[in-house]
Amino acid sequence: MSNTAKAKSVIPGFNITMGFSLLYLTFIFLIPVGGLLLYTSLMSWDEFWRAVSHPQVVASYKLSFGASFIGASINLVFGFLAAWVLVRYQFPGKRLIDALIDLPFALPTAVAGIALVTLYASTGWVGQYFELFDIRIAYTQIGVVIALTYIGLPFVVRTVQPVLEDFESELEEASAALGASRLTTIRKVILPALLPALLTGFALAFARALGEYGSVVFISGNLPYATEITPLLIVAKAEQYDYNGAAAIGTVMLFAAFILLLVINFLQWWSSRRFSH
Amino acid sequence: MSIRVENISKRFGNFVALDNISLDLPEGQLTALLGPSGSGKTTLLRIIAGLEAPDSGKIEFYGKDQTHQHVSERGVGFVFQHYALFKHMTVFENVAYGLTVKPRNERPSKAEIHKRVMSLLELVQLDWTAHRYPNQLSGGQRQRIALARALAVEPKVLLLDEPFGALDAKVRAELRRWLRKLHDEIHVTSVFVTHDQEEALEVSDRIVVMNHGSVEQEGTPDEVYEHPATPFVYGFLGSVNLFHGRFEQQQIVVGGDAIPHQDELLNHGSDVYAFARPNELTIVTDPTASHGIAAKVTQVLAYGLNPRVELESIADGSSVQHFQVSLPAHDIKALALETGQQVRLVPSRLKVFERTEASATGDEAK
Amino acid sequence: MTTVTETTTLTLDRADVWRRATEEPQWVRRLLIGTTLVFLALFLILPLIVVLYGAFEQGLKVWYAAITEPDAAASIRLTLLVVAIVVPINIVFGVAVAWAIAKFEFRGKTILISLIDMPFAISPVVVGLIFVILFGSQGWLGDWLNAHDLRIIYAVPGIVIVIAFGTLPFIARELIPLMQQQGKQEEEASLTLGASGWKTFWYVTLPNIKWGLLYGVILCNARAMGEFGAVAVVSGRIRGETNTMPLHIEVLYNEYMFTAAFAVSSLLTGLALVTIAIKSFIEWHEKRA
Repeated sequence: MSNTAKAKSVIPGFNITMGFSLLYLTFIFLIPVGGLLLYTSLMSWDEFWRAVSHPQVVASYKLSFGASFIGASINLVFGFLAAWVLVRYQFPGKRLIDALIDLPFALPTAVAGIALVTLYASTGWVGQYFELFDIRIAYTQIGVVIALTYIGLPFVVRTVQPVLEDFESELEEASAALGASRLTTIRKVILPALLPALLTGFALAFARALGEYGSVVFISGNLPYATEITPLLIVAKAEQYDYNGAAAIGTVMLFAAFILLLVINFLQWWSSRRFSH
Repeated sequence: MSIRVENISKRFGNFVALDNISLDLPEGQLTALLGPSGSGKTTLLRIIAGLEAPDSGKIEFYGKDQTHQHVSERGVGFVFQHYALFKHMTVFENVAYGLTVKPRNERPSKAEIHKRVMSLLELVQLDWTAHRYPNQLSGGQRQRIALARALAVEPKVLLLDEPFGALDAKVRAELRRWLRKLHDEIHVTSVFVTHDQEEALEVSDRIVVMNHGSVEQEGTPDEVYEHPATPFVYGFLGSVNLFHGRFEQQQIVVGGDAIPHQDELLNHGSDVYAFARPNELTIVTDPTASHGIAAKVTQVLAYGLNPRVELESIADGSSVQHFQVSLPAHDIKALALETGQQVRLVPSRLKVFERTEASATGDEAK
Repeated sequence: MTTVTETTTLTLDRADVWRRATEEPQWVRRLLIGTTLVFLALFLILPLIVVLYGAFEQGLKVWYAAITEPDAAASIRLTLLVVAIVVPINIVFGVAVAWAIAKFEFRGKTILISLIDMPFAISPVVVGLIFVILFGSQGWLGDWLNAHDLRIIYAVPGIVIVIAFGTLPFIARELIPLMQQQGKQEEEASLTLGASGWKTFWYVTLPNIKWGLLYGVILCNARAMGEFGAVAVVSGRIRGETNTMPLHIEVLYNEYMFTAAFAVSSLLTGLALVTIAIKSFIEWHEKRA
């Protein structure tokens, strides 16, 4: 009754639930993450800079950010398409497909990794056909993109789907009645309304891809300067007890994640502001 | 006095929801808290229930201080605007809930609970719904179940928050009569919140009119309607015609016209609001007449449930005022009015308030 | 919606002309559906088939032998043990934090919600690294832990901690929006009827959130069992001791024991399929209600 931090409420249990939540968050999350940041901050600037700017590390950033970006872009296009098709059209097996969209979210990444490499290896069910055109997927950067596309697949679909479901068909009918072609209606009426959801889905897929490890290690081949992603480099350094190097790179990745989270929060705020009355 | 509210104040941030309210609500009566949204009526009800804590002040039931009593121990029956029935329980389980959650040593036997629940369901005439779920019932039925559930714990006071607010007009009128009848049967001290003046006038024994976190007037429906204490109360209880004017030499001067008015309490030369209900105005068509206030007919509605004539003031530079006169349809036809015709309005009764800073907040004619 | 153009084959010319204003021509629709299905087949369905095919290619007997082989069985036991610890903790945390956020107003609420989301954005590898730095033999607390003969890294406690970190958001994220949307009126009604806080939670709140809680639990469970990157860093991959199922799959795959790798994978795949089946069931159930 005498809590000043909250408006008085008759519903009991604030102190105990809030207390437990904060305690748990502090021990499992805040102190460990703070620990990493503190650990890195104790390094000298030179040491930190050497660790994070080594050419091999820079090459891994380029691959990680580049492949994540491409993967998220592929998901932007096909995720939008899948959401559109699932919301607007009827076809046999639709409900099954709709349910399966969540598979990359529920399937362990290691399982996804060995499944993808088996499929896309030059002797695999899919890879053999690309081999005919002399295109290699597994153990190349294309393989990394494939894996990162796979694990980001649900995000765009699942952020766009509800917005599309709630979209008022009157707006489209109004646009058509005013003489717009179907394509113009989609471009000028529907897409702008979906933009925040599309961008949120893109950012979520990108963030997820950037940190991904399990599904990539099997298909990438892990060749330094070519197919080595940043998370892999962190694991390698940690296994060699190069904690300083690992912590420095880990801190860079942590900040990238924070920034992406800020972007995602901003996008969600934007979209809620835009569509609340 | 069964419910006593003493100097209750409540703020939400910078918003003053209740400003030092004191009330005595008599035992066994049905009291309406009436006011527009934001007037603080629901907050007051929730504070009486113990769902909200006041910043200062005291709540008593039957002389016993309840201010620090938790809601689950106050013994109130609370009926929520949106029913708040437990979706996953049957109607029977909903009504039985208050009895089944009692500590074992106070809990009635199963057979007794069954008997009491069924007799309550009979009281609200819904015993046949006992095994249904709330989402299988209509809004009006849900509200009656919510009432039965609140009554099951034999509350010392019954509190209803906009009990008919979420229902459509026809069901609302029906439930209103039904609540009045029910209250005459069970006589539990009851308070209900409403923004609907008709509802308050029709159902309650007493009305407390609230505005901006304060009590404007308290009394029987007749007192409040016939003798409104403030311009706000006058305006809030039913349609009004408002004349802005000045009190001079036992008459109200409105623009170039004047209406005779006897009032010892008004200061000479003061600005006043003069109110008349639509049925307290008569229309004079004689073009040579000089008494009353000049107006122009804008619309004649000599049909429907509420036959009336709509008029507006003859513009004299200030903004145009709208007036409404209610008359029986055949009287309107007998006047043979035409749109644009100039007439004069003569009030048979006028309620005049001196215009002060405080009364300036009274709503315009609605 | 689509029946308009599909069933009017008799008046072909009119069907060609008249189209609902909110609809694309039939050939466009077919093209879009086709493209989507090809994309999803390549990315969703083929990987699923390849796992199941690989697991059962050589018959049920081989599959059964692969999952009952001692190291595989040990990895399954370890994974179940970890889940049995992590999921209940996450249930308590998820329910507690959702209760605090949904039923009360307090400052910093949005910050708290973002904080809960954060483990989701942090790379699992970084999560593992954090705890290696804290508790590893070369880490900050390494000497102290050694002196007291405590092992966290390369042992079960480390695995439990990183999985708890990684799966922290799942139940809370399901419950927070659900409980916010339900508001607190039913709880208030229960309290006015004389129920205690605990009874109110048990009889009113819990039945209202049970489906969301169930999905949160099952998703948290699937993610906990499948966690790879973070566990890879802290487990040390000691066969039969600190290898969870995903790590065991990696070991088998790297030793070219593909059938065995797929056999163990098929268990986790089955779990993933059950998870999304339950999610679909719950959504169907909610739409019907």
